[in-house]
Amino acid sequence: MIVYFMCFFLFLVGLYGIVTRRNLIKIVISFTIMEFSVFLFFALIGYVENGKAPILTKNLPENPVFVDPLPQAMVLTAIVIGLATSAMLLAIAIRLYKKYGTFNIREINNLRG
Amino acid sequence: MSNLVPLYVILPLASAFLIPSVGRLVKGFQKALLSLVLLFLTAMTFYIIFSGLDQPIAYAVGGWEAVKDTPIAIYMVLDGLSVVVLLIVNLIGFLATFYSISYIKKYTAENNFYALLSLMIAGMNGVVLTGDMFNLYVFLEIAVIASYALVAFGIEKTELEASFKYQVLGGIASLWILFSIGMLYWKTQTLNMADISQILANDTSDAFMIFTQILLISGFGLKAAMIPFHAWLPDAHSSAPSPISAMLSGVLIKAIGVYAILRLFFNMFALTYEIGMVITVIGTLSMIIGGLLAIFQWDMKRMLAYSSISQMGYVFIGVGMGMIILIRGGETSVAALAIAGGLFHMINHATFKGLLFLNAGAIEHTTGTRNMKMMGGLARTMPITSTTSLGASLAISGIPPFNGFFSKLIIIVAAIQGQFYLLAVLAIVISIVTLVYFMRFQRFAFFNKTTFSRKVKEVPFTMCFSMVVLVILCLALSLLIFPGVREVMLTPAVDVLMETTNYSSTIIGM
Repeated sequence: MIVYFMCFFLFLVGLYGIVTRRNLIKIVISFTIMEFSVFLFFALIGYVENGKAPILTKNLPENPVFVDPLPQAMVLTAIVIGLATSAMLLAIAIRLYKKYGTFNIREINNLRG
Repeated sequence: MSNLVPLYVILPLASAFLIPSVGRLVKGFQKALLSLVLLFLTAMTFYIIFSGLDQPIAYAVGGWEAVKDTPIAIYMVLDGLSVVVLLIVNLIGFLATFYSISYIKKYTAENNFYALLSLMIAGMNGVVLTGDMFNLYVFLEIAVIASYALVAFGIEKTELEASFKYQVLGGIASLWILFSIGMLYWKTQTLNMADISQILANDTSDAFMIFTQILLISGFGLKAAMIPFHAWLPDAHSSAPSPISAMLSGVLIKAIGVYAILRLFFNMFALTYEIGMVITVIGTLSMIIGGLLAIFQWDMKRMLAYSSISQMGYVFIGVGMGMIILIRGGETSVAALAIAGGLFHMINHATFKGLLFLNAGAIEHTTGTRNMKMMGGLARTMPITSTTSLGASLAISGIPPFNGFFSKLIIIVAAIQGQFYLLAVLAIVISIVTLVYFMRFQRFAFFNKTTFSRKVKEVPFTMCFSMVVLVILCLALSLLIFPGVREVMLTPAVDVLMETTNYSSTIIGM
């Protein structure tokens, strides 16, 4: 059970980073930490004690124990989506750097109210 | 019929692929393709609506049949509720595309614009159609990633900043949603919404489920920009190019915010009093605070964005009240009236807010400013924009005979019949506040003295066409309230939400 709570703790670490950091790149890194904690959670819920990879072979034991493959497939999809999100965030961060000459969000504040 | 359902996703997705590749070689290909695709999808939606939809149409992707009543395929479900949302997605999408033909000339990279727009529409159609939790997340991400890029399309300082803000907050919301999907899978070992609903029906709500529900409602609430989570909306919606603002405000927050909340909390989870209360309270807060903040805005598109928050509050109040009345075991006719009011206002808001953003785009296109202090006297030089915008302003402030009056009236009547007297009073007060800031907009933009020397003239044909069609829709949608017309579109959608378990039992029984 403790491992699930540590996974949730990692999620909160990412959230804390997004809220408190002032540097655009650090915000992106915090966001990625949060993202990977969710992926880790998915990998955890698919795990079965002493389970094997779910592949049908000829000489299987009597009552085979398999891990759940569905969360793994979901994690793969989610990682690809996460790649797109991170790439988009970094692209915008670099564009912002070109316009403002800084990564500090305190100085990037045209929009107020 | 059911074989046509995947076309809603396939056609926009295919055009998103074809536009950058073929559009480079053939001139005008991108505009023609996307307009035709969306026109076709709109026509198909009308055909489905008028041919009557008594049973939900379900399409199993990949043709996997259910094994012992356990669905294994990803289902695409077209029922009374989703068909209404599909109609507004594709119709407003078509009009925005047609409008863009003239508007987008000032930007470079037209191909990328149309490709991203069609990707966004594919994502929204997918969200509305899907019957699978993880698939919902995938389509939602397709729609929002395209919208992040479209908000930053102008690549000026403000656009980039708004897009970054939108991405960080939207990304957090997506992760909350993904996390709660994981929780649901952990609990139920399935992803199909109908199946989850059947498994959860026997379950009393424990702390685990409450945590999941709170995560889901915060995630989708952030996507719908409800009040504690509204910070990104005014920036993002006002920075995007105007046809995209119309799509974001008119359609995106409904398809991935309101629709998802309705589908999940009415049809998947068992109704609970607490969730109904949460939806009503955040709806009320959004309505009041969004309306009050809109008064102080001088930027035209920012004012419209705040007003979107306020108007979505009405939608949430309608469905939230319906939920509470259903739980309390009150009269079902009153609950149906409240939900009908909410859904009707959602449809109406798509038309008039879309129109207002297109008007704002037209004004920006000719005068080059968004500040209301800098414009004036446009009524003489831009008659079509002025007339359509007056129609939309009257509709959003709830003046008869425009559609906004009837939907607000239904919500207020339902609030009185359901004994939510405070809500009824607040809805009337905020309606007056809405009238105030839209009359201010009319006065400063169209009727004051001209303050700038540049010569302005009416916008080109395609922009005028979209605006005129939308103002006609604003009038025509009032008909939806009358018996005979109501049964075609509004009643089936309300029935889907009223008979909460019907959805899962029909999908499982197929």
